[in-house]
Amino acid sequence: MKNILKSIFVIFVLSNLCAFNVFSSEETNKLLSNDWSFKGFTGKFDRASLQRGYQVYTEVCASCHSMKLLSYRNLAEEGGPEFSEDQVKAIASNFEVTDGPNNDGEMFTRPAKPSDNFIKPYQNVQEATVSNGGAYPPDMSVLVKARSGGADYIYSLLLGYDDSPSNIQLDDGVYYNTYMLGNKIMMPNPLSEDLIEYNDGTKATNEQMAKDVVTFLAWAAEPHLEARHRIGFKAIVYLIILTLLAYFSMKRLWSRIEPKV
Amino acid sequence: MSDHNYVPSSKLGKWFNDRLPLLSLSSHLREYPTPKNLNYWWTFGGILTFCLMAQIITGIVLAMHYVAHADLAFDSVEHIMRDVNYGWLIRYFHANGSSMFFLAVYIHIFRSLYYGSHKSPREVIWIIGMIIYFLMMMTAFMGYVLPWGQMSFWAATVITNLFSAVPFIGESITNWLWGGFAVGNPTLTRFYSLHYLFPFLILGLVILHIWALHIPGNNNPIGIDVKKPSKDTVPFHPYIVIKDLFALLIFLILFAFFVFYAPNLLGHPDNYIEANPLVTPTHIVPEWYLLPFYAILRSVPDKLLGVIAMFASIFVLVILPWLDTSKIRSAVFRPMYRQFYWILVVDVLLLGYMGAMPAEGTYLLIARVATSYYFIHFLIILPILGHKEKTIPLPLSITEPVLEDSTNKELNN
Amino acid sequence: MSDQKKPKRRDFLFTASYAIGAVGVGAAVWPLVDQMNPDNSVKALASTEVDVSSVEVGKSITVLWRGKPVFIKRRTQEEIAEARAVKLDDLKHPEKDEDRAKNPEWLVMLGVCTHLGCVPLSDKGDYNGWFCPCHGSHYDTSGRIRKGPAPKNMEIPKYEFVNDNTIKIG
Repeated sequence: MKNILKSIFVIFVLSNLCAFNVFSSEETNKLLSNDWSFKGFTGKFDRASLQRGYQVYTEVCASCHSMKLLSYRNLAEEGGPEFSEDQVKAIASNFEVTDGPNNDGEMFTRPAKPSDNFIKPYQNVQEATVSNGGAYPPDMSVLVKARSGGADYIYSLLLGYDDSPSNIQLDDGVYYNTYMLGNKIMMPNPLSEDLIEYNDGTKATNEQMAKDVVTFLAWAAEPHLEARHRIGFKAIVYLIILTLLAYFSMKRLWSRIEPKV
Repeated sequence: MSDHNYVPSSKLGKWFNDRLPLLSLSSHLREYPTPKNLNYWWTFGGILTFCLMAQIITGIVLAMHYVAHADLAFDSVEHIMRDVNYGWLIRYFHANGSSMFFLAVYIHIFRSLYYGSHKSPREVIWIIGMIIYFLMMMTAFMGYVLPWGQMSFWAATVITNLFSAVPFIGESITNWLWGGFAVGNPTLTRFYSLHYLFPFLILGLVILHIWALHIPGNNNPIGIDVKKPSKDTVPFHPYIVIKDLFALLIFLILFAFFVFYAPNLLGHPDNYIEANPLVTPTHIVPEWYLLPFYAILRSVPDKLLGVIAMFASIFVLVILPWLDTSKIRSAVFRPMYRQFYWILVVDVLLLGYMGAMPAEGTYLLIARVATSYYFIHFLIILPILGHKEKTIPLPLSITEPVLEDSTNKELNN
Repeated sequence: MSDQKKPKRRDFLFTASYAIGAVGVGAAVWPLVDQMNPDNSVKALASTEVDVSSVEVGKSITVLWRGKPVFIKRRTQEEIAEARAVKLDDLKHPEKDEDRAKNPEWLVMLGVCTHLGCVPLSDKGDYNGWFCPCHGSHYDTSGRIRKGPAPKNMEIPKYEFVNDNTIKIG
């Protein structure tokens, strides 16, 4: 009886740890959700969705949002969009990077190589802030991990633009969003029906673009997710086997000295 | 240490052992008589030793890639996560390892409180343990600053600012800690140095902790002294080794679940935002294992008194062997103490929960009540209980049954 | 009868446990060792493309590849003839110039002395090639060791001309 109580106590502690992540004192709307392919113990990224998501990022978001922790070569790595090496070289060469100094002491521009980081739309945070009405468009390399609600939150935000209720006044350059903290956001709705033409012919509805770009962002934040799930499965199965072996070894050993342990 | 008469079997062994008695030490550890009625709450000492070694090893490996500079730290952690071979695994292991380390230490401490392992003659083991716990908290606090995210920076700011509460010299102390006028690069680099150092201080103290334990020997669930060796004890190897190993493996399954399937669950999303001295996060919270102290700190409206209360809550634990006046060790035979023990557990969990909430309204009220109760438990209830409580008679030994003419039945449950 | 069976079963359980445990320990140790191997960002820089269009005959440039200097020399006809004329028996490390410079006009080699790793100086030394000031090794117009303590010729890395003006090293 005591042992059961103690076990319940431990489980209570652990479930409290999980509950700590869900704290908030303001009212927030329940987030829109999507059955993300990467959620859950066996989550994987949908390659086609990642490739479309990269296209959305490049054509819609990259004019304001940097992704400085990613390199073009990441697009060819296992577990990601898995473009071919040639495709990645071609993608990279579309962008210009500054390199140098050369032997004359000057900086020069050249087409990007796979080893280069994604180019940034602005030189620095200050330029980005002043070019966007005083609000800095955050770098998106780890954005999915940097927001409570993660992928669901960003998905909801992208689809959460609405007319403001009559009791809320909006200044110029401020928009109403159902899911943004405080409901005011300085990014105008970035999506509209058929905004881009997907390379694979998929219809570019807002939901589709939001889903694809969020999948891409989730990969960008966690490029090794698939390896992590794969190795995790093997590790836990292995540990369970070893635990059973240890248990039976323990019983066998203790049976030497006790008629019942 | 003990009057061991171990003679190594080989000549080389004897030659070496005469000069440095490592083989005698090994024999002592193998033969060390351990009460055979220890339950699974006793396996956490071994689990903690594993946690310490694991954190040191993964920490040293991370240090090969991490860069301790305010401009580069965040990116260097991401470099580890993305480019370093298995970097993501080592980083998630180290970060979640910290949480697992504290989970184990809390279970270990609460085991002591229940079974009276802090009582005579084990007071020094307990005090060393409290020093280890304090160093663990400092190590974890400094380690959390290193990724240089928003929580890293602002938690560092809030906690180091506490020292400005010291009268007269507070501001000087705080600037000395910072190496500047606010948390910045000098703070980061010195925290890195100390974060690397403290685990080795902890390692030294753990050796002293185990040495001090081996003098009286382990306590046990019924809290009575045990003759060593006897039919009430078993040699540490292989009986306790295999039991500790089994418990460790179960612990590792839980650990693996966090590392591989929920690596960021125990962390805070704001720490994936680069530190910004101009923007404060909406809710600054420490990692979960520091929440009870955070709650105590914020319960007191005065800054200096809040700091004193926080440190007092640890100090009160240090002097516990003298506050708990009961002659009976184990709560198994102390029915009243047992009730107060569980209330304390709930109180500490409540403090932890309040630490995560904003310090206002009902949350603050509950935190204040819980803080007061915490001190009442240690400073008033325990001393009185030791004298007033009616306890259940103790059995003669672990294997022999209770004296036949005792009317007491509720021994085993 | 059952006593005899017991030891066998017991041993197997323990032996199996040890063996499976050892596999786990090995699997756990591997990432700790592998993390010291070159990481993805280093491996990505493993090859470099160099524009050689501005290099005139008789001149050379030095580029950084994998953290080390690479000499790219556009040799004159005399230098090529000199290199080809050397008898293999005269060489400490016999290598034909034709094997070292497939396109004879261009010599691409690691500018690292094979003795103890210093960077040799160009257009110096008794053999019209390079001279290493650290311990006095002399290299010829094909970068081969002729005099001095160095044991081998300067290394030729893997390279190719992706077009007339560009060499890809590595």
